[in-house]
Amino acid sequence: MNDKPFPESLIAPGHGACAGCGCILAMRHALEALGKNVIISMATGCMEVVTTPYPETSWRVPWIHVAFENAAAVASGVSAALKSLGRKEVKSVAIAGDGGTADIGLQALSGMVERGDNVLYICYDNEGYMNTGIQRSGLTPFGAWTTTTPIGKVKRGENRQKKNLPAIIAAHGAPYVATASVAYPVDFMNKLKKAAAIEGPTYVHVLAPCTPGWRIDNSKTIEVARLAVLTGSWILYEIENGKMNVTFKPPKRRPVTDYLKIQGRFKHLSDAEISEIQKMVDDQCKHFGIE
Amino acid sequence: MKGWHNETDRRCRDSRAGQRGEEQDRELAGLQADHRRRKVHGVRPLLDILPRASDPQGQTGESRLRLLQGLRHLRQRVSISRDNDGFGGEKMKKMLTGNEAAAIAAKLARVNVISAYPITPQTVVVEKLSEFVADGELDAEFMKVESEHSALSACVGAAATGARTFTATSSQGLMYMAEMLFIASGMRLPIVMANANRAISAPLSIWCDQQDSISVRDCGWIQLYCENNQEIMDTIIQAFRVAESLSLPVMVCYDGFILSHTVEPVDVPEQKDVDEFLPHFKPQYSLDPEKPVTMGSMGVPEYYEEIKCIQQEAMHAAKDKLVKVDAEFGKKFGRRYKLLERYHSDDADVVLLTMGSLSSSVKEIVDRYRERGEKVGLVKVRSFRPFPAEELIDAIGHAKAVAVLEKNISFGSAGALFLDTAASFVNVKKAPLMLDFICGLGGRDVEALQIREAIRAAARAAESGEVRKAVRWLGLREKLVGLRT
Repeated sequence: MNDKPFPESLIAPGHGACAGCGCILAMRHALEALGKNVIISMATGCMEVVTTPYPETSWRVPWIHVAFENAAAVASGVSAALKSLGRKEVKSVAIAGDGGTADIGLQALSGMVERGDNVLYICYDNEGYMNTGIQRSGLTPFGAWTTTTPIGKVKRGENRQKKNLPAIIAAHGAPYVATASVAYPVDFMNKLKKAAAIEGPTYVHVLAPCTPGWRIDNSKTIEVARLAVLTGSWILYEIENGKMNVTFKPPKRRPVTDYLKIQGRFKHLSDAEISEIQKMVDDQCKHFGIE
Repeated sequence: MKGWHNETDRRCRDSRAGQRGEEQDRELAGLQADHRRRKVHGVRPLLDILPRASDPQGQTGESRLRLLQGLRHLRQRVSISRDNDGFGGEKMKKMLTGNEAAAIAAKLARVNVISAYPITPQTVVVEKLSEFVADGELDAEFMKVESEHSALSACVGAAATGARTFTATSSQGLMYMAEMLFIASGMRLPIVMANANRAISAPLSIWCDQQDSISVRDCGWIQLYCENNQEIMDTIIQAFRVAESLSLPVMVCYDGFILSHTVEPVDVPEQKDVDEFLPHFKPQYSLDPEKPVTMGSMGVPEYYEEIKCIQQEAMHAAKDKLVKVDAEFGKKFGRRYKLLERYHSDDADVVLLTMGSLSSSVKEIVDRYRERGEKVGLVKVRSFRPFPAEELIDAIGHAKAVAVLEKNISFGSAGALFLDTAASFVNVKKAPLMLDFICGLGGRDVEALQIREAIRAAARAAESGEVRKAVRWLGLREKLVGLRT
């Protein structure tokens, strides 16, 4: 592939990500922030599959994939090895999707944080098992259509709110926990740099739209991601040594319907259901001190 | 609620054999456990069986054979003559359990990263290594992970980064690692694992058999089975050499409790000698920002099969490597084990085939037969993966009948050692008759009477030239299952 358009990128073009993929953007921003002195341990998922079909790879940094549920444990092992071999300059980074983090990988992640391992863990959250064809995960939002939360006569989409994963990790006593969005790359990269500089377990959770999974146009990735923040559906904050700080407050919060109506996965929602979601968002914003 | 526990215990639905009525099950559970009370393995019976010289009648007490499982070499190694051999005296041996031997071996190998989760009967390995690290005797990272799955995942990450990596587990822990076992070998990472062989639930059992490691025999790890604690020590040191030279993981298996918790005299090698034998780990590929590589990528159909074939070739090459490393070890430390051990088997009409500590018991019985001039022998299989097919054909091909004694079963088929041995002869014109004896499951003792029973059955087959029932059970309480063996 001709990679001249991106000479500086540590993730090479030519990968198989969908047009408009929010997750591969997150990967590029992450490597831009972290630089080349990293070892990436990645869970099974979209980003793993699209970047490494043998014998090709998009990664210009050392990278390892082992299984779905153990990116955190593998990264812990990498970190222990680096320590034992006296390689202080290299950072162990784990990357997994929402399923690999909040569901099947939660035990390994909990262990990694609780032990205080020197690992930066990045969760790219596209709100479902998109690699297997859009199934519901623990981070699928309320009301969303997926293939396992179909719109039927008696059940209408996902009936539970997202698991509050950053809070769970913060409750472990992690020195740094942050949320981010691909629509706010500078905020995202600053948080990654901060997290990487801390010796200990740190966690950055980035919301990254999936165009086929969210049923959005390829050109709308950033717009949708930004609307998530501007409506208060997704809040950008960091928790540093237990102290919470909202890093971006939407100047005038827009109604949640602006975020919902642009996505095919919410198109079935009735006015009553949208009002219900608006109330959930209002409660969440209140908790974070956002008007 | 009085008597609730008894009521529950007696239902014991797990032990149902085939389709049985509740009435039959109740009857079964009501039967006495019928075990002879286990004696504390005290010093007195040991003294009785130790020096053969003090026992001119040769009555070494087969009734106490249980004590000899794994202890056999005690008699050979701690003899008065060896202690004063006129060559400056033999080095002082340490009294160690199998678990301690495993931990010390990992320490002598100067492992960089240990990642393990405690499980009976492996626990002492984890505790010992923690102590070594805590006392500064071993400069390693000890990862106290939250599960066996993460234990092996972390080993994979550490090994890929270029660290010498060790873990230990048993039974359910090995089952929980199953997914990672295949990945570790597929990624060609030279991790060494100690596995204290223990039965698999259900019913829950903490006691010894070899079902755990046998059940993962296809996972691409080299599997070596140890007969005694010295062999555990030596095999783990050898294992790192073999693993790192072939980029293959090695599982060192030893019988839970029978070896893991039994104290034996072990010659602990000197650190400088181990350092000479086992140089620093220099991986061909590792995760390093200076030279980025991608590991664990997706194997598309155009490549997957070739990658698996290369893995199989490496496993075949491991046979040669095991022999060479063992020979080199022998030169340096004076002990050799090979892929399999032939014990009075070269001229034997009836050969027994075993793995692990049971080999010691069988050797005792073989001695008895030999004293009477009967041509009975033993072949102990040490390397189960790679399977020494050619070596076995050479070692037992001449025999009239072979009796396999094994602590595992592939349900709906037979024992794994029997199956592989039989398969080894598939294109050989003259093969011995073969019988399979499933025994010692879930900690059941394999006693002298039973070993003799197997030998008699094999001798009958050798005489008549036919095997009426190829797969049988030894030491089974027939009443319990309503079967005739």
